[in-house]
Amino acid sequence: MASILVQVAVLALVLSGVYFLFQNTQANLTARGIESGFAFLGHEAGLPIGDSLIEYNPTKSYGYAFLIGILNTLLVSAIAIVLSTVLGIFVGVARVSPNWLLAKVAAIYVETLRNIPLLLTLIFVYTVVIGSLPHPRDPISPVEGVYLTKRGVFVPRPVVEDGFILFMLAVMIAGAISISFWIWARNHKKTTGRSVPGVLGGLGVFIVISTLAFLATGGPVGAELPAYSGLNFAGGLTLKPEFVSLLVGLVLYTAAYIGENVRSGITSVHAGQIEAANALGVSRGIVTRLIMLPQALRVTIPATTNDYASLVKNSSLAVAIGFPDMVSIGGTIIGQNGQAIEIIGMWMAVYLTINLLISLAMNFLNSRVQIVER
Amino acid sequence: MYPAMRSTSADVFRPTDARPAPGGNIGMLRWLQENLFSGWLNSYTSLVLIGFVLWVFPAVLNWLVLDATFAGDADTCRQNTGACWPFIVDKFPVLMVGVYPQELLWRPGVACLALLVLAAVTYTDRLKGAVLVVAWLLLPVFALIMIGGAFGMVEVEQSLWGGLMLSVLLALVGVIVSIPLGVLLALGRYYGSPLIKALCVGFIELVRGVPLITILFMASVMMPMFLPPEMVINNLMRIQIGMIFFSAAYMAEVVRGGLQAIPKGQTEASLALGVSPWKTIAFVVVPQALRHVLPPLIGRCIALFKDTSLVIIVGLLDFLGMIKNSAFDPEWLGFQKEAYFFAAFVYWLICYGLSLYGRALENRGASGARR
Repeated sequence: MASILVQVAVLALVLSGVYFLFQNTQANLTARGIESGFAFLGHEAGLPIGDSLIEYNPTKSYGYAFLIGILNTLLVSAIAIVLSTVLGIFVGVARVSPNWLLAKVAAIYVETLRNIPLLLTLIFVYTVVIGSLPHPRDPISPVEGVYLTKRGVFVPRPVVEDGFILFMLAVMIAGAISISFWIWARNHKKTTGRSVPGVLGGLGVFIVISTLAFLATGGPVGAELPAYSGLNFAGGLTLKPEFVSLLVGLVLYTAAYIGENVRSGITSVHAGQIEAANALGVSRGIVTRLIMLPQALRVTIPATTNDYASLVKNSSLAVAIGFPDMVSIGGTIIGQNGQAIEIIGMWMAVYLTINLLISLAMNFLNSRVQIVER
Repeated sequence: MYPAMRSTSADVFRPTDARPAPGGNIGMLRWLQENLFSGWLNSYTSLVLIGFVLWVFPAVLNWLVLDATFAGDADTCRQNTGACWPFIVDKFPVLMVGVYPQELLWRPGVACLALLVLAAVTYTDRLKGAVLVVAWLLLPVFALIMIGGAFGMVEVEQSLWGGLMLSVLLALVGVIVSIPLGVLLALGRYYGSPLIKALCVGFIELVRGVPLITILFMASVMMPMFLPPEMVINNLMRIQIGMIFFSAAYMAEVVRGGLQAIPKGQTEASLALGVSPWKTIAFVVVPQALRHVLPPLIGRCIALFKDTSLVIIVGLLDFLGMIKNSAFDPEWLGFQKEAYFFAAFVYWLICYGLSLYGRALENRGASGARR
């Protein structure tokens, strides 16, 4: 009885608090002449945006500009998640390496990056690292067709030529064949106990058929190289300095955290198990694949899920170096029409959705690796 | 008669001296072979890394020390190729306290000293837990009074606060206020009746789902709209409130982990002894839970300190803000590298120091629990 009374009292308190805030907001908005509602999304934006995945010009609407922000956030987060996972696994393995020097270098990397704010790393990469690259006149070119300059990074752009659809069809057929080969190999092992290299064989079939198809259709994917013309590079794909800095900063920072997750996963596997497997003469590959990985992943995946979510949220620091992500564009819109409530609501909705999707995907992965308990 | 039973002094067992270890099993060469050159892949990695270190280390050392300028002005610096430390020396006061009045500097100094003394006292474990808790809760109040001025001291406007002092203050107030709030939220989530639980979960997940920047924007831009016009809260205070809410949600999740780790027998035993439910939670469950989660709690403190750097986006000049400003000082143009290097060094020192302090507390706590 008492608990119901308390709950009713709390509810009343919360509702009156919300009502109080709502009343104030209404009064303040009318006093300042700010409209409310989402009608502004259809109005002409008139703001320039540097980086855009889709066609944009300032006559497009606010809603369209915000969409570009969402796409930019998604793009940079997705690429950063992939790259930081690769680097993180490398760093984590390096930290437990028997090679003393490698372990120390990895440890220094992790301890440095984790103890410095991401914002400082971003600003440092943007102003000092990218800023000290040469002018497009004499760029650094590590590989033919890739140019590093202070105006951005220029890379070749893949160009689709005739016969591409035919090639894609062949690739899909190759994929179907190799997957069915893999399934057959698995069933064959289940029924007869004889193991057939299903993964390796499938991959081989896929590569052979794809290559043959590529040659047969006359190499339907070309590359458009960037070329220096007078003031800047033309052609190819241009990665703006803001995008590159944000990507590099996010990857370096998150990889340090993922590296720690990987390390704790590896060290959580009892050394006795590895020794026992070695004593039984189990091969190194099988020890890694069937003993080490499944147990390490149980520790690594949940922690890494959180780091992915943080990475997406951290991409909002783009606003500090001027990359037009969702927060950056939204902030500009707030500055123009003052409709902060709507924009902040949209930010929250998008971030919560992205985070929800990440945890759903990772929970699915996690449920595959966790111990099934009865 | 067995020979062994005749025990004369000549028959006493005398071990021969241990043979020296075989050559190549000890010493530096052996260490090198084991740790750097145990296989061809290992040797290759080592060689690449040695090359990398030999390439980077001298360059860094040259820039930092050998070619650096230690005295003079901007022109002397431009003649040398190394770092320009007079720039940092010149900017040091601004970086530390912003434009805080020179003659009142002793006041933030006293506040800083209080923080260090309290940290040291906490480590020595001389004071009772309750006294320590009260002292830590009073520390931010004391710091605010010393920096802002009250009780007849000259007032210093909040627009004059800045630099590292502001970063530390934001983090200190944020941590000290958000831990109790986080404990309440965690208790609400763990023990609360359905409605309270739903409210706590909603708050925690909503805040944790969005970036700090959006919360800072909300605090800076939207909070004035939520409040009646006669209630004016200045920008710094609003941002501080935003950081507290943000931090509280994360603290709540950390504390919840601790609550889950307390065996049910603890509460049952306490209740069976006739201790009231509230006292059971306050004196049996929460202290143990907090002790359990000390490492992640310290981790959150470090994270919050790093996060204070975000306030430059909503217009406060904290340490990083002053660094950025200094880098664009027309008198010292071209020395950004030094400014950011110094900033990284200071952040690193404080964060790493905090994690060492946390580890020390943890070890001490562990030995205390064993006794």
